[in-house]
Amino acid sequence: MPVTHSESVEFSQTFEIKSGAVNLPVLKLLTSDVGKLSSQLRLKVSQAPDFFRNAPMAIDLHNLVDPNAEIDFVALVRAMRNCGLVPVGFCGGFEKHHQAAQAAGLSSLTLARQEPPQQPQATPTKPKVLPEEVHSRIVEQPVRSGQRIYVPGGDLVVMSQVSAGAEIMADGNIHVYGTLRGRALAGVQGNLDCRIFCQDLQAELVAVGGHYRISENIDDSLRGVPVQIYLQDQSLIIERI
Amino acid sequence: MARIIVVTSGKGGVGKTTTSAAISMGLALKGYRTAVIDFDVGLRNLDLIMGCERRVVYDFVNVINGEAALNQALIKDKRCDKLFILPASQTRDKDSLTSEGVGKVLGDLSKDFDYIVCDSPAGIERGAMLAMYYADDAIVVTNPEVSSVRDSDRMLGILASKSRRAERGEEPIKEYLLLTRYSPHRVKLGEMLSVEDVQDILSLHLLGVIPESKAVLNASNSGIPVILDEKSDAGQAFSDVVRRYLGEDVTHRFIELEKKSLFGRLFGG
Repeated sequence: MPVTHSESVEFSQTFEIKSGAVNLPVLKLLTSDVGKLSSQLRLKVSQAPDFFRNAPMAIDLHNLVDPNAEIDFVALVRAMRNCGLVPVGFCGGFEKHHQAAQAAGLSSLTLARQEPPQQPQATPTKPKVLPEEVHSRIVEQPVRSGQRIYVPGGDLVVMSQVSAGAEIMADGNIHVYGTLRGRALAGVQGNLDCRIFCQDLQAELVAVGGHYRISENIDDSLRGVPVQIYLQDQSLIIERI
Repeated sequence: MARIIVVTSGKGGVGKTTTSAAISMGLALKGYRTAVIDFDVGLRNLDLIMGCERRVVYDFVNVINGEAALNQALIKDKRCDKLFILPASQTRDKDSLTSEGVGKVLGDLSKDFDYIVCDSPAGIERGAMLAMYYADDAIVVTNPEVSSVRDSDRMLGILASKSRRAERGEEPIKEYLLLTRYSPHRVKLGEMLSVEDVQDILSLHLLGVIPESKAVLNASNSGIPVILDEKSDAGQAFSDVVRRYLGEDVTHRFIELEKKSLFGRLFGG
């Protein structure tokens, strides 16, 4: 929420906790021999010291096959720090590795997009890939105050009204063919290409991919008319249709 | 099998008990055997509005706990022998109501009655949830002001999702809007939402509009359901509501500002 300077200090927020996706370089371990790895790493980093200076890096253990392999995480962390890298966490590996890594001050991360390696195996068994299952949902009844509808991984279509105090959310687009008086959040998993379409905008709040606007900041000329709402260059556009 | 009607609102003080008393009396006067139950355990009022507070021996909670038989607790109305009142307990709290207990009492009543009117407490807690859970029809009592409208909207959402009919995937509860304490004069001054405004927000079938009336307070104070005051505007409006509920086509009254006659204007009538 934008905080104006006229507001008193004690009410201004000092921080916000939000979820965000961050891209990190990943150090993929192909061996458990930290000593050998360290010297190679030093060599690699010395070729482009500016590029790696203070770079946060995750340690990927997915390629290790031996669940009992000993990895000296303390030495690994020290070696990475000496090269100017900032090791932040690890992903993959086995239970034994997790404990050792956590003891060395590394946090457990989940690597996004782990599916690609499996796809080549899946395709030969299913030569004809079916079109992706549609998770969209159509709601014909009014969405009343206090009700909450979330459509994971799809679009939400509301044929009736959405009352004040109701909340509709979708990972995809949102269409409302009645009056939208409640809250509508499209692309809640961060898809910035999603849009909201509605016949009659009187919403309390609208949001696309986490960028939101509250009722107070919606121009009066856009109230009570059919609109579409989308993101352009990080800003929310509400446009008459 | 009786038809179970819940009179509900979410918000307090909008006229649920007045409506329950009037509608149950109206149905009974039409010849239907009708029972009206006070679900407001701990804050019972229905007995006062019905004028039977001095005849309460056993109550709803006694029946649920098996301490009294249903026919011991039912109070027969003195004005209409088709109407029975099941009062709430004033000394217990709403946790005394159990889902099974309420279901059993309603099931037993269903055998002998045509209509069962459940007077819901305010709020969306246990008492209100149980009052609406077994309902077939819901009369949502709303005052023409924004907070009441929003609470009614919330209640409609609960009716659509938390009732027995919803849980069993049966035909949903039939919902009716009853607008009470309506003053066309104040609507004209812009101090009150109009019928159209409320219908626009709730999009619900309008069962009737009860005008703001001194007759309601007088009726409550004297323990006579306002529907029996046939001369009053509120009494007539409730009669219309009962006829509409039973399927008659009755034109809505008391929505427009009535033009005063010259005589009326001269004498301020």
